[in-house]
Amino acid sequence: MPLRLLSILGFLLLWSAAAALAARPEVPGPLDVLAFLAGEAASGELFYHLTITLARVAAAFLIAMFIGTAIGVLMGQNRTLNRVLDPWIILMINIPALVVIVLCYIWIGLTEAAAITAVALNKIPNVVVTLREGARALDLKLQEMARVFRFSRARLLRHVILPQLFPFIAAAGRSGLALIWKIVLVVELLGRSNGVGFQIHLYFQLFDVAAILGYALAFVCIMLLIEFVVVQPLETHLNRWRPGAAARAA
Amino acid sequence: MLRDLAFALAPGSFTCLIGPSGCGKTTTLRIILGLDREFDGTIVTSPPDLRFAAVFQEPRLLPWRTVEQNVRLALPPENQIPAETPPLDQLFAVLGLETLLGRYPGELSLGLARRVALARAFAVMPDILLLDEPFVSLDEHTADRLRAHLVDLWQARATTVLMVTHNVREAARLADRLLLVNGRPARLVGDIAVPIPRPERDGPALRTFLAALTRDHPATVLA
Repeated sequence: MPLRLLSILGFLLLWSAAAALAARPEVPGPLDVLAFLAGEAASGELFYHLTITLARVAAAFLIAMFIGTAIGVLMGQNRTLNRVLDPWIILMINIPALVVIVLCYIWIGLTEAAAITAVALNKIPNVVVTLREGARALDLKLQEMARVFRFSRARLLRHVILPQLFPFIAAAGRSGLALIWKIVLVVELLGRSNGVGFQIHLYFQLFDVAAILGYALAFVCIMLLIEFVVVQPLETHLNRWRPGAAARAA
Repeated sequence: MLRDLAFALAPGSFTCLIGPSGCGKTTTLRIILGLDREFDGTIVTSPPDLRFAAVFQEPRLLPWRTVEQNVRLALPPENQIPAETPPLDQLFAVLGLETLLGRYPGELSLGLARRVALARAFAVMPDILLLDEPFVSLDEHTADRLRAHLVDLWQARATTVLMVTHNVREAARLADRLLLVNGRPARLVGDIAVPIPRPERDGPALRTFLAALTRDHPATVLA
């Protein structure tokens, strides 16, 4: 732990030195960035834009995970459906995110719905592919056991299927979250008038690097907070049955 | 794989299906359980809607649920449990599981996991219990204890039991009737009652019986 702290401190020191050496307004030091953040927080701007962006991230994430999981599991269990939908998935995975965003704005309009849709559409194919693998990896033996003991569909889903899919959902979720918030910033930059992406675009036009770094830092901190306060405890709890879990938790 | 296989099980009886590996014993169980649908024939139960339970070769426990949850999840929803279901605590005590209820299957040895599978099968108060080589790859001591538990539970519940095994000695000690299966395609080659009363099954009478069995059906018994 001290080693990581030292490394971070070292990074900050290096940054300060580089800023001092450059002595230009486009290369702010850590204190300049902090000063900007303090000002934004005081004025309420920071909170406003962070919340808006987070809301978009949450909406797109939930939509992409639900739809992607449903389609992926169905494709993993049904060969015919897989053969039909697979080309579409491959196509969607390969279309550049920018193209999807621009087309959504053109066809749906410069609206919130278009923004969320664009982000979700970018993530859904990845979730589908991951969950398809999960569905293919389901243990038939456990499903047979459930059939012999007359498990209801709800029981089968909750106690047999979902726990097996969990590692795949976690993988899709993790990479999904990382991808989604970056695309949300692009979506905001291109067609929204608020949010962190919009602010970054605004300050880009003003060449205010301290502001850009400030917003970037703030958002990264939020995502790290989500990781450590929400995601990791949830994962630890859901993995408590694995051998070695006690050792890992220690 | 199987041909002209036909047999009837009397209610409350303990029957063993014996035969060499690969002859279709497990397939027979799977067909009865409804896990294999590709066959010509009929399975008739009387009355038609009987409760089945199975103990598979692997324990097939849900690794992410505790021992107690694994057993409870096999039970029908609250309002369908028959009135005479004894409380689970008794069952857990009989099988020596009272201290392990909060453990996960990953923490259990094979013998313990098999005991949980046995508890699960008996917890549902099945009318018909099918077992597929449930004691294979256990040390003799553990296997013997589990066999004793099985017989005790069977005698207490009057379940109809059909057990697949390739261990003829085990079959003769546990069952009242032996069905011998062999051949390609496999057929029923023997239907033998075990005439020795249960208390005498550890003695010389068993040896005599097994010797006669081996003499009459060498291909099936020695394989």
